[in-house]
Amino acid sequence: MDINRAFGSPDIVEKLRLKIANLSKKQIKIMEFCGTHTHVIFRYGIRQLLPETISMFSGPGCPVCVTDEADIDRIIAMAEIKGVMIATFGDLMKVPGSSGSLIDARADGAKVEVVYSPLDAVHLAIDNSHLNVVFLGVGFETTAPAVAASIVEAEKIGLNNYYVLSLHKLTPPAMKAILDTREVDLDGILCPGHVSTITGYNAWNFVSDIYGIPAVVAGFEPLDILWGIGEIVVQCEAEEAHVVNAYPRSVTAGGNLKAKEMIERVFKTGNAFWRGLGELPESGLYLRDEYGHFDASKVFPVQGGERREVKGCRCAEVIRGKIKPDECNLFRTHCNPFRPKGPCMVSSEGSCAAYYLYG
Amino acid sequence: MQPIICMDKNVISLSHGSGGLISRELVEGLFLKRFHNNALMDLEDASILNLPMEKIAFTTDSFVVNPIFFPGGDIGRLAVCGTVNDLSMMGAKPLYLSVGFIIEEGFLIEDLKKIVDSMGEAAEEAEVSIVCGDTKVVERNAADNIFINTAGIGVIPEDVDISVKNAVPGDVIIVNGNIGDHGIAVLSQRKGLHFKTYIKSDVAPLNGLTALMIQKTRNIHTMRDPTRGGLATTLKEIAIGSNVGIEIDEERIPVSEGVRKACELLGLDWLYLANEGKAVVVVPEEEGEQLIETMKRHPYGEGAKIIGRVVPNSPGIVTMRNAYGVRRVIEMLAGEQYPRIC
Repeated sequence: MDINRAFGSPDIVEKLRLKIANLSKKQIKIMEFCGTHTHVIFRYGIRQLLPETISMFSGPGCPVCVTDEADIDRIIAMAEIKGVMIATFGDLMKVPGSSGSLIDARADGAKVEVVYSPLDAVHLAIDNSHLNVVFLGVGFETTAPAVAASIVEAEKIGLNNYYVLSLHKLTPPAMKAILDTREVDLDGILCPGHVSTITGYNAWNFVSDIYGIPAVVAGFEPLDILWGIGEIVVQCEAEEAHVVNAYPRSVTAGGNLKAKEMIERVFKTGNAFWRGLGELPESGLYLRDEYGHFDASKVFPVQGGERREVKGCRCAEVIRGKIKPDECNLFRTHCNPFRPKGPCMVSSEGSCAAYYLYG
Repeated sequence: MQPIICMDKNVISLSHGSGGLISRELVEGLFLKRFHNNALMDLEDASILNLPMEKIAFTTDSFVVNPIFFPGGDIGRLAVCGTVNDLSMMGAKPLYLSVGFIIEEGFLIEDLKKIVDSMGEAAEEAEVSIVCGDTKVVERNAADNIFINTAGIGVIPEDVDISVKNAVPGDVIIVNGNIGDHGIAVLSQRKGLHFKTYIKSDVAPLNGLTALMIQKTRNIHTMRDPTRGGLATTLKEIAIGSNVGIEIDEERIPVSEGVRKACELLGLDWLYLANEGKAVVVVPEEEGEQLIETMKRHPYGEGAKIIGRVVPNSPGIVTMRNAYGVRRVIEMLAGEQYPRIC
């Protein structure tokens, strides 16, 4: 049997569901930080499998959702420069800036290609030597190593028409920011599995050490997530708080050293704007000076638009876990996947889209 | 005139669409040769067809797939099967097709030959005649390689009444095999999204299968091919069209391991992937199992399965129950499916 399907086994899911139901006595609030977790939780109806004592809150773990609107405007402005071809992950295509999305820009004549990996963008640059290919580096610690590798590769082969606009963000500062606001009194954090594969589970020690709540790293199959939730319940009932790795088949204490080295080699940290959270110190990754000739923000300087609020849109509060998507007045009627107003509805990992599709 | 196709050139030029001598050479040397039939051979301004005095089904579709060649088929086979299947879903026996080509200047004649060849092959398999056509050539960049439009005419037996409005509570829902193969096969060849897969498109003419089914029972209420928008969108169309609720079981829906894996990797949902050789069939429960037996006797029906049922409550709503017994509402596809970032 395929190992991932084994982690969805209905029999074991039922056993784990009963175990959690029996264990859970206290009312607790758990935040799943990661957008893929949100997606899986809704896709499999995991909220319905939990006892009423457990409330799940979706966090800011969708890279598209937390990309600042001014940055989207910069991207569009860059796409409109003659001779520039934008290479991007598909999720960004639909996100509206103040004057439309990349789909609109493409309809107006901009060159925009969807790629699955940054190395595909390098190949686009090789195949289109008359164009300047700009890869949009949007993502968390998971995406950054591959983007760094693409820059190293481009340098190795002497490519002079490949650039990266780095809007990468680091997740621990965002988690700190959310815990600091104390808008939601969280009792435990389901930590992102993919990110932890790179950072290692030690990256979450501060959650239990400083904020005194359990932090459990979980994978992405139904059993992974139930196991993670179960570990949080156990700690809450025992009034304990520590980091648990419930995704040992991928995550280690120290993470992927090679990937971390790659990030370190190409990127430096700096402040970054997060939609919903504002400017967070040392939460962004930018190209080091020695790789400045690959830095699209230096080679093609463009102005971002003004930060503009969509009237009635409460994505910022959704991102912070303060409200659930259906508490926003725009939800479903004025904002849906067909005509999204805010980023949480645009991205397939966004909590609003998940609520709309599966809620 | 002796058909001598101007194969001294390798590519299509504007003169191939000019209507002059070179156009005629292309028509006679390639299209007439491959789509050989009496109605077409006369090269009149319109073809004269003899149709039985029955209900006539008439449909049209345009094909702009990118890439034009993909594992399991190409734009030519798709153009024939797409229109044949639209007619078949109404219970019609497809008889005649028209074909219109819009070709970008510089298109390889060799590729056009391959496409025309697979159109001829698909038409033979579906037992339909291509009886009229048109070719236009447009300047470079005014089209993406080649676009094909086909229209089709079929006849519907007097006592057959199949419609998206006819599903009623108590019916079961059948699909004829694995879902999502076409979507993944095409996606796997898209520029910038290269990944290796053995998955082939399911593109196939379904009129042989539907003829067998109609022979077996006249009680088929609804048939629809889940092409763009996939199974989810088609089920939703039926729920809205017939003003009924639909409940499906995730565990019963046939999806190959390869498609599951590709979806996992790319962050896609197979419920929304396009199919080009699949039919969603709605039939009274008491006839479901027997109809499946009939379908299994046809190569394109071997994978036939009941995947759900029509219910009286929540009209217009489609729900899917998963392996854990949890139900969720299934919506139509919004825009295009894009792979997720992480």
